[in-house]
Amino acid sequence: MSTRTLVSPLALARPRGKAVYWTVFSGVVLLFALAFLFPVYWMVTGAMKSPDEVTRTPPTLVPDHWHLSGYTDAWDLMDLPTHLWNTVVQAAGAWILQLVFCTAAAYALSKLKPAFGKVILGGILATLMVPAQALVVPKYLTVADLPLIHTSLLNSPLGIWLPAVANAFNLYLLKRFFDQIPRDVLEAAEIDGAGKLRTLWSIVLPMSRPVLGVVSIFALVAVWQDFLWPLMVFSDTDKQPISVALVQLSQNIQLTVLIAAMVIASIPMVVMFLVFQRHIIAGISAGSTKG
Amino acid sequence: MKTASKPPATFPPAAVGVPEGTRSAGRRPGGPWRRRLADQSRAYAFLIGGVLCFALFSWYPAIRAVVIAFQKYTPGSGGEWAGTANFTRVFHDPEFTAAWRNTLTFTLIALLIGFAVPFVMALVLNELRHAKAFFRVVVYLPVMIPPVVSALLWKWFYDPGAGLANEALRFLHLPTSNWSNGADTALVSLVIVATWANLGGTVLIYLAALQSIPGELYEAAELDGASLLQRIRHVTIPQTRFIILMLMLLQIIATMQVFTEPFVITGGGPEDKTVTVLYLIYKYAFLYNDFGGACALSVMLLVLLSAFSALYLRFTRSEGEDA
Repeated sequence: MSTRTLVSPLALARPRGKAVYWTVFSGVVLLFALAFLFPVYWMVTGAMKSPDEVTRTPPTLVPDHWHLSGYTDAWDLMDLPTHLWNTVVQAAGAWILQLVFCTAAAYALSKLKPAFGKVILGGILATLMVPAQALVVPKYLTVADLPLIHTSLLNSPLGIWLPAVANAFNLYLLKRFFDQIPRDVLEAAEIDGAGKLRTLWSIVLPMSRPVLGVVSIFALVAVWQDFLWPLMVFSDTDKQPISVALVQLSQNIQLTVLIAAMVIASIPMVVMFLVFQRHIIAGISAGSTKG
Repeated sequence: MKTASKPPATFPPAAVGVPEGTRSAGRRPGGPWRRRLADQSRAYAFLIGGVLCFALFSWYPAIRAVVIAFQKYTPGSGGEWAGTANFTRVFHDPEFTAAWRNTLTFTLIALLIGFAVPFVMALVLNELRHAKAFFRVVVYLPVMIPPVVSALLWKWFYDPGAGLANEALRFLHLPTSNWSNGADTALVSLVIVATWANLGGTVLIYLAALQSIPGELYEAAELDGASLLQRIRHVTIPQTRFIILMLMLLQIIATMQVFTEPFVITGGGPEDKTVTVLYLIYKYAFLYNDFGGACALSVMLLVLLSAFSALYLRFTRSEGEDA
């Protein structure tokens, strides 16, 4: 209520304005619930219906009998613990490597003045222009047979981790943040005898908590949600993350079991969102207005 | 994110007025040349991991895509030059035209729906004074559901028999549809899924833009007798023009790379109605084992999308400096 918007507070205070406001308000609540919450409700309860009930027309709004067997079957039959664990390993590794390598590189580019630093930064920023998916095939060929060392990262989490480090957006975000840290602060640390690594660890990183949080969320969400790249990298069923496994297994599995697996696959990200929603939403809004 | 947190005041203030370099030169052993070398190697020690990853997984594949596009390439054996054979072969594939037509149509419909709907939503949400947190969380919830899950979810909704989509139509006494199974409706069905799954982010960005419009502008317009629609036209839209343009470019870039929905929901069918360019690239590489053709297609997509990306970057940079 701080600033005035399209409709003036005066118009809203009138009886007619009040009536219109509450009508629109309840309409929007209803619409949002129907459009965004109802599908999720349908998924969660669909998994608890019996196999007959889930295909019945007209469908039931509430399950006649609540079965939990859909969820337990999905957990066992589709080997969800393995695939969830694979996803966790892939996401965690990509996150840690991105934090380590991107922060180090951003710190070097921002504060250490390497020769050709501008050229390297230019090369990194140029990759922002190249949409990721358009390069998946040559990237796949590179991962399948790394130049010079001729090893394959296929079916290895390294195939997810290392390419994830080449994230120009996150690196640039970090570099921009480090640029704002005054040089005096770092020089003061140096006079006190801190090396470059020590300065990064004890001064730059603690000051960079907000941006590290944003980068972490971006990194985790990106790996968890990705589909095409892990589909290419992992042909071994045992190594696949949950997104790929769901699609591969969706063909010959009972509908209720598949739906239960879908719900289980969504839980980690939705929980993370509900816990960090303030930061996530603030990050989206702030990042955009700044451009 | 906008401003760096202030440095803690407890740090000893740095010496002022001493030119950089001269100060540390006195303290450290070794000539300036050796010191510079040490500084450089230290800087590169920090850089090397990240730069190596960029070299391997961004720069090298980009160059390689162009090279392989002109080669006869099978994994394991080195490439043989093939001139433009890959391009002509891909070009004569009947799916080529279909893929480009579908991708462009998809992008166009996604722009129409995925653009107007979030804008209107943000406009309305910005006027509501209650339950703001609820709306924000709910609208963003689908974005956090993995895209594969949203695709599978909607595939089930679109089921011609027990699907929720037809059930809703029957409830409203409307004729039912074939949705993703119908030749005419398949592509639109996929756009609906993509829009449902992604519009939360767009709404939140618009909302932030709307909140940054100074209220005095609306007040002045109202004093001049501007109606609600006139206020939207002459205040809201011009004030958010920059964000609108940026999101439009971003959306074009994103939707032209659509893959998950057609792969999961329709498998490219019915006939070739939902084959997209990226899907065709995937088919060339992993079904036909034709990496030359896949790279030729990748290069085409790359050139087109890079143009939009360049435009986007130029916009954000120039406007960002104004702000």
